[in-house]
Amino acid sequence: MVIGLSHYLTVAAILFTLGTLGIFLNRKNVIVILMSVELILLAVNINFVAFSVFLGNITGQIFALFVLTVAAAEAAIGLAILVVFFRNRGSIAVEDINTMKG
Amino acid sequence: MTFSLAALGPALPEILLAVAALFLVLYGAIVGAKSVDTVNGLALAVLFAALVLVLLGPSEPAVLFGGSFQVDAYGRFLKVLTLLGSGGALAMSVDWLKVEKQSRFEFAVLILLSTLGMMMLISAGDLIALYMGLELMSLSLYVIAANNRDSVRSTEAGLKYFVLGALSSGMLLYGASLIYGFTGSVNFARIAEAAHEPTLGLIFGIVFMFAGLAFKVSAVPFHMWTPDVYEGAPTPVTAFFGAAPKVAAIAVFVRFSMEALPNVTHQWQQIVVFISLASMVLGAFAAIGQKNLKRLMAYSSIGHMGYALVGLAAGTEEGVRGVLVYMTIYMAMTLGTFACILSMRRKDGMVENYEDLAGLARTSPVKAFMLAALMFSLAGIPPLAGFLAKYYVFLAAIQAGLYTLAVVGVLASVVGAFYYLRIVKVMYFDEPATPFEPMPVELKAVLAVSGLFTLLLFVYPAPLLAAAGVAARALF
Repeated sequence: MVIGLSHYLTVAAILFTLGTLGIFLNRKNVIVILMSVELILLAVNINFVAFSVFLGNITGQIFALFVLTVAAAEAAIGLAILVVFFRNRGSIAVEDINTMKG
Repeated sequence: MTFSLAALGPALPEILLAVAALFLVLYGAIVGAKSVDTVNGLALAVLFAALVLVLLGPSEPAVLFGGSFQVDAYGRFLKVLTLLGSGGALAMSVDWLKVEKQSRFEFAVLILLSTLGMMMLISAGDLIALYMGLELMSLSLYVIAANNRDSVRSTEAGLKYFVLGALSSGMLLYGASLIYGFTGSVNFARIAEAAHEPTLGLIFGIVFMFAGLAFKVSAVPFHMWTPDVYEGAPTPVTAFFGAAPKVAAIAVFVRFSMEALPNVTHQWQQIVVFISLASMVLGAFAAIGQKNLKRLMAYSSIGHMGYALVGLAAGTEEGVRGVLVYMTIYMAMTLGTFACILSMRRKDGMVENYEDLAGLARTSPVKAFMLAALMFSLAGIPPLAGFLAKYYVFLAAIQAGLYTLAVVGVLASVVGAFYYLRIVKVMYFDEPATPFEPMPVELKAVLAVSGLFTLLLFVYPAPLLAAAGVAARALF
């Protein structure tokens, strides 16, 4: 079997869906949400690199590198905010993020 | 390929902001807590200098960095707006943060960095620049939402904003990857060339991109973060959120739709019509039950984004001009209203409910008059500025044949008028409550400028309309 573009796109779509579901269905822990966000970004990177290879165009790989960099910064900021939140609230359970209704 | 420093000239305002932010963060780190006042002052001066540079910039359109950064009349108009919004919000926050003991030099630096992100966003010419600008803006905003790090509400606002913002960036990126894959380019102009036939992949890409962008402008159904973040974040931060980032996000929404997708208008128009309708209606109805003014302003901003998107839905030059006029007036009204909310301080601290405004007309008549003018204007009552704003977007919608959108918009603004007028009623007809502490001078200045702008715009709206017209023409 030849692995074509559609296989890569399918894997990326599945990972993206898993990441999105992970954010919405997760009722336990904010860390899991951060992991789901990473999953989404990596799914996007698979897309970019696969398209880049199949289009014979380097832009997608450059974009993927940018995404990796920003994902690292995003994770750092997310964890930092999570730490200050934990200091105030004493918990990082999703159901405890409820001081304001909404 | 030769490289010359002079070729970077059109990007000078952005370069100034970037260098200044890095310099100020170093300065703050070296000098320590004493540096707050200097950093705040310098940051304001830098924003002002960037504003001057934008205004003095070259009048011809220029393209830099291989097409990823474009300087044109559209960008200039919105950059002026963004810088005014950021500068106004920073000026209003300095004193407030000091009184509340939340003053840190990082605050001004983060405002500078997010303003830089917004300006990159406004000038973006390809998807990479769009993403980088958006993230630079958003990452700074997540942090300043949690600026009051000893408060559960502020950190919770930051956390919620972060989680939902990261999700929306992910969706936007997924859309960007599909658009790249199905058109073969990330450059807006080349996407437009390639996107003649709406293929399924391209439509999926557009939907995901628009979901991400709708999140950043807080349009329904991606608005859920707005009320909580507005309520939880420190009030000057909320004022900032309401003003500058909204302008930048709408700017990139319009630019992306007009420059990259002009040949598939029918595909994205339906999406914009839907989110615009839903935002107007939700903004009108959901705000009715709110007591907290910041939460009320959140729903109000959701509604206003719906009105602004009416102009985009029209997809014409008049529509874009309407959006630009709308965002200008919206920003002025938001800053003025938040100047009032920031001044609601009693001896025992800040109050945020609209009932606390009771009898303001007797305790401080000028402020009450200005706030009443702003409320009438937010409701869209002629002849105030808010009416003009709505007039131009609805005009564009009717010219484009979107009658339903215009009719629902007018009905929603009638419903929305209820909660704006209730504030006026509370101020003018209820028994006076304890008066507020006197208003600091910078809040007075912002309130006076925005109040007079909304009151008197109808006398001479031509310069604003002409500038917005020139800016809108740059996209077509």
